[in-house]
Amino acid sequence: MSANQMDAVDADVFGAPAANDRALLIRRILITIGITALVIVLAYWRTGGSELVVTQAIVTGLLVGGVYSLIALGLTLIFGVLHIINFAQGALVTMGMYATYVISSNLGWNPYLTLVVSIPLLFAFGALVQTLIINRSMGEAHENQLLLTLALGLLIENTLLLVFGGNPLSVRTSTETVYNIFGAVATQSRLIAFFGAAFLAVLLFTMLQRTGVGTAIRAVAANPTGAKLVGINVKRIYMITFALGAACAGAAGTLVVPFVSIQPIAGEVFNITAFVVVVLGGLGKVVGAMFGGLIVGLAEQFGGIFFPDQSNLLGVFIVFILILFLRPQGLFASTS
Amino acid sequence: MSQFIEVEKLSKHFRGLAALSNVSFSVDRGEVLGIIGPNGAGKTTLFNCIAGTLPASAGTVEFDGTNVTSWSDIKLANFGLVRTFQLMRPFGSMTVLENVTVAALVRHKDFKEASAIAGKVLVQVGLDHYSYRRSRDLPTAALKRLELARALALEPKALLLDEVLAGLVPAERQPVIDLLKLIRDQGTTLLFVEHVMQAVMQLSDRVLVLNHGEKLALGTPAQVSSNPEVIEAYLGDEVTDARA
Amino acid sequence: MSSSTALVDVARRRTWPDRNLIALVIGILILIPFPLFTGASQDAIAIRVIIVAILGISWNIMSGYGGMFSFGHAAYFGIGAYSCAVMLVNFDIAPWLGMIVGMGLAALFGVFIGYLSFRYKLKGTYFALATFAFAEMLRIIVMSAPALNAGIGYHIPLITDSSWWLMQFPPGSPNYFWLGLILLSACVLISILFIRSRAGQFLIAIREDETAASSLGVPVLRFKLIAIAVSGAIGAVAGVFYTQYYLFIDPDLAFGASRSIEAILAPVVGGVGTIWGPIVGSTVLAPLTDITAAFLRNPPVLLAFLEGRSGLDVMLYAILIIVMILFLPRGIFGTIKEKVSRK
Repeated sequence: MSANQMDAVDADVFGAPAANDRALLIRRILITIGITALVIVLAYWRTGGSELVVTQAIVTGLLVGGVYSLIALGLTLIFGVLHIINFAQGALVTMGMYATYVISSNLGWNPYLTLVVSIPLLFAFGALVQTLIINRSMGEAHENQLLLTLALGLLIENTLLLVFGGNPLSVRTSTETVYNIFGAVATQSRLIAFFGAAFLAVLLFTMLQRTGVGTAIRAVAANPTGAKLVGINVKRIYMITFALGAACAGAAGTLVVPFVSIQPIAGEVFNITAFVVVVLGGLGKVVGAMFGGLIVGLAEQFGGIFFPDQSNLLGVFIVFILILFLRPQGLFASTS
Repeated sequence: MSQFIEVEKLSKHFRGLAALSNVSFSVDRGEVLGIIGPNGAGKTTLFNCIAGTLPASAGTVEFDGTNVTSWSDIKLANFGLVRTFQLMRPFGSMTVLENVTVAALVRHKDFKEASAIAGKVLVQVGLDHYSYRRSRDLPTAALKRLELARALALEPKALLLDEVLAGLVPAERQPVIDLLKLIRDQGTTLLFVEHVMQAVMQLSDRVLVLNHGEKLALGTPAQVSSNPEVIEAYLGDEVTDARA
Repeated sequence: MSSSTALVDVARRRTWPDRNLIALVIGILILIPFPLFTGASQDAIAIRVIIVAILGISWNIMSGYGGMFSFGHAAYFGIGAYSCAVMLVNFDIAPWLGMIVGMGLAALFGVFIGYLSFRYKLKGTYFALATFAFAEMLRIIVMSAPALNAGIGYHIPLITDSSWWLMQFPPGSPNYFWLGLILLSACVLISILFIRSRAGQFLIAIREDETAASSLGVPVLRFKLIAIAVSGAIGAVAGVFYTQYYLFIDPDLAFGASRSIEAILAPVVGGVGTIWGPIVGSTVLAPLTDITAAFLRNPPVLLAFLEGRSGLDVMLYAILIIVMILFLPRGIFGTIKEKVSRK
């Protein structure tokens, strides 16, 4: 049967690549940085030498890219372990947003504080969804699963629409200090979002590398049958992984609340960017998702520089198309 | 007369592993060549490279006077060189007749004509009573014949049969061997990979022996079966197994 | 051979396309008097059913029969819709001609992205994601193209009387239904004829086992592209009919993701890879919006807080899809067809 690129699960799924692959990897990262640098130079020229605009694009792009990384981390984790394309990831982000809204507006909490609710809430929800619905479709055709998670996403989105209505809501923090980074403007909320996302991402990565559960997850990702043979409860790992992926989305939702408008469809753009990140970084490659998020964040901003009249997403889609055609297995896959 | 099939120094590497090394042989028109060798000898790889399923790393293949080395499997099949697969690959949701009709449609654009040809092939192969059965519901022996039927519907000049007897119980084998004799008698050149020695000896005009991707021997069945290196290659496997 | 298998063989011997043609003729005859018995609101639902059915038939050809899952079918719908609107509004060219142009452009677009994708060996979900990306890019580009009215969209100029040539009738006219019936029947006919043709049989073979097909000499790339072209062309028809009925089109309505999802829902519910599946699915799905809207206008006392809200219809779609995929993966019609042929 002709090779389906999606089934090329590499041995070293999450963790550090093998020695001779490391050289290839470094080379690829350097090439990516090189291309990015080239794009920056071109943007500089395009804006007529405006250092400020370019710097702003870099700063904004990296800051929002951090959040994209976190969401994509959840998505790639789910794919790496369950081999499911979770098209509901964006909707889960929206759920996180609304959870924050409900608590902040009813209990007056600082939105960042609601992380202690949104993370466990989305974790539990993810576990529930996986057990009741996703579980039954394990092993089905990828396209069926895509449809299933798509339907799930629609369900979540429209339930939120039904309950909260379509009017944009917002939650803001009491202070919104603006910082100056190399001449570019960075608002406090975006900085917190970035560092919060980065912190959670590193936390998750460490958990995957250092804890028992994390190792079990990586084992199931690499070889489910083997994992079962050594006594790992694979079904439980599936549930935990999906829950973790959902929790990532929920956390990201909370983190962005202070600077986005909360609407049922607010998560859709995060869905798209998360997918691009995951394909860019390589399906199932955790490090790839972290790196890729930054690239996509930059692509969005630079797309805005090169195509000022179009939606920011055009730049993202161009990158998406390029990756799909030139290197669909992503930048971090070890085989070609 | 120039050889019908001419394989010259054919090699295939997979990331440092040499699956085929400098294999050369030729086949006359209408000849039957049996290809044998221990597991992993490179027999299926040889077929893959000749039939265009995989590109060869080096070497040439000439078929009916034309250099077909880099041709795709589609082009080769249309030119008259058809292969079957070891693992059956039916078009599962289609009926047996539809399966063979698809093959016939490749050369005959008219549906009725193709259908008629398919029907005739099914009779020849002994599957006509299964015509309207969905192919994924067929038993193994019938699926093997279906593979053969599809290939025959293309009216091939040469057939590459990959372990057409695999998975058949002894009782099911002789009818298939007889069928292959009929195909041979019609003038089709046959190359077949086989482990069932009785078939190889009965059918082959000559036998090619592969081992570790290299040509080990090429000769009549009698010559090959008394060749000490060939015996060594096969027995070597058995001795190793006995020691393990 | 037992008698039950003999029955199966007899059942399959009756060539199924002919049964479909008969069913088509009967269906048309039954439906012709439909608008004479129904009111305006039912007519509106019926039109929506027809539009979604045509879109679903279009999707089904490349994705159901062809196995090439398209996640961006809105592209073809939108190309048809915009071809019709632009040519009518800017150049006074009749919608029928706009439809032909739209079908051609949609087919070309499909072949273009299909060729690129297959050349780069995109399969399965990667291919689906690529189709999604291309549809979204079309939407974004049209959204900011002043030459195509950007985000404003096009209003179809109103005429005062009935015109088949201009595909426009007074509101509530039964002609809309009959026009839709004609278009739908034509699309069903095309799909029946296509599937039973050489191209259709090759397509199914390619879907079942591409390697086996190519080893038998089937020119795989060519016939995949032919299927996509036919699929795209039919999708454009849905777009044209939509534009002429609702008299308005904009980038979101034409190329939006919800349109692509709509194209997938009907066949999935009705039966992927069957002739009638998209129609069955559309008949089930399309009225849902109106039913839920009516429900939400006057909910029972217990659910009074729901009054005036929206989102319930899509929730029901989503639940239906989830149930379908988990328990009836062959869809409603597909499952019935399975059971009948197995008895």
